[in-house]
Amino acid sequence: MIEVKNLKKSFKENLVWEDVSFTIDEGETVAIIGRSGCGKSVLVKHLNALIYPDEGQVLIEGQNIFELEYVALRKMRQRFGVLFQGSALFDSINTFENVAFPLRYFTEKSEEEIESIVMDGLGMVNLTDAADQNTAELSGGMRRRVALARATVLRPDFLIYDEPTSGLDPQTSNEINDLIKSFAQNLNITSIVVTHDIHSVLEVAETVVFLEGQELCWRGTVEEMKASDNTSDNKRLMNFITASEYKIKQ
Amino acid sequence: MNALEKLGKYALFLYRALRSSYDVKIYKNNLVNELIKVGYESLPIVLLTGAFTGAVMTLQTSYQLDIAFVPRSIIGAIVSQSILIELGAVITSLVLAGKVGARIATELGTMRVSEQVDALESMGFNSVAFLVVPRVLAGVIMFPVLYIVASVSGVGGGLLAGVLSGAVPSSEFMLGAREFFFPWDVLFGLLKAFVFGFVITSVSCYKGYYATGGAEGVGNSTTQATVLSCIYILLADFVLAAVIL
Repeated sequence: MIEVKNLKKSFKENLVWEDVSFTIDEGETVAIIGRSGCGKSVLVKHLNALIYPDEGQVLIEGQNIFELEYVALRKMRQRFGVLFQGSALFDSINTFENVAFPLRYFTEKSEEEIESIVMDGLGMVNLTDAADQNTAELSGGMRRRVALARATVLRPDFLIYDEPTSGLDPQTSNEINDLIKSFAQNLNITSIVVTHDIHSVLEVAETVVFLEGQELCWRGTVEEMKASDNTSDNKRLMNFITASEYKIKQ
Repeated sequence: MNALEKLGKYALFLYRALRSSYDVKIYKNNLVNELIKVGYESLPIVLLTGAFTGAVMTLQTSYQLDIAFVPRSIIGAIVSQSILIELGAVITSLVLAGKVGARIATELGTMRVSEQVDALESMGFNSVAFLVVPRVLAGVIMFPVLYIVASVSGVGGGLLAGVLSGAVPSSEFMLGAREFFFPWDVLFGLLKAFVFGFVITSVSCYKGYYATGGAEGVGNSTTQATVLSCIYILLADFVLAAVIL
């Protein structure tokens, strides 16, 4: 379980958000939504301490990640897989080596075992044919899928997806959404999906965290979000959904 | 950020690199690659720089000492000693600040802004051990080697220019070079090359590792890495001469 408690973050004088608290249960898929620039990516980078807050805690099974020594922190980070917004593949090595990369450094597996695991991973994202290709030659959607294979190759407990479908066509977005669902169900991974794509939220998430106005504005299940109307305290959420031109009731 | 804060951040960065240097398994492959890139791939430019520096020095010294009763062997002495004490290390390092330093800052800067450094950290890697330590080690190992190459090609270039221009016969040139050869000069040159190798690679790693702001940010980091490396080389050269000579 991940508990986010009273997080506050600012860059110099610019407050990103404050007093952000929520929990993520084991096996749950949470979508963190909000407009561009509201600090969604900044928030998830706190979950594995890639960024440190001004105040607050992130407890991973009761342990405050910001208090860990660097060696212990690195161990903790190995429990996370991250799909970065730009995929963050290593351009100097090919697709196969990108996926094999964590296995070579963090396990004692033989070359045969590594090859088998990597090809399985690439098979899960339908990219076995691209194993020898240079990552610079891959399309945006293929790069995301390679990055997903790399993020899951060590079977992490938590998987963070930072804007997994941004810049992709609807069909490729659906393929990525299907993969997110498949990883959550088949590998029992706790998933945190940062997105401003309401369609993705409805497809993959169970719970929604909505950031706006430098605070956590709304939190609830997808069913509660669907049942929302344009009144009371969830008005900002409904405005966001309306602005995203998605008819939620449909 | 003021100058003192920047210095502190650089010192902490070096401290982290030093603490990470025990993690040989993480960086051994990268170290081999870097030794090749910093050393082997720099050989052509180092040979060229050394040879032309020596050649120009011979011609200019010959012109300046075109006086009766001054033995021509003095040209060999001046050229070889200047190259061993000063030019072999300094000129080579200034050239390599552009080649090696710019490459390192651009590579790390691009990795930073494309989130590849974050990807390494998020996998549980020590990114400093993986990216910075092998580059700095390659610098301090290969720069002394390149200094020797530059010095040999410099003396060779000077000798060739002297013979071809008729300024000094080869026997006279070598006589002067041998008479004024002191092993300490070579040691001093090696020390300089070691220090300059450290300065260039560590400053460039620092600038690249903390690059921000996309393509423009990487460009700025690369420019700063090259300019600062050149300034620090000249500064370190002065300090070493003042303290040791």
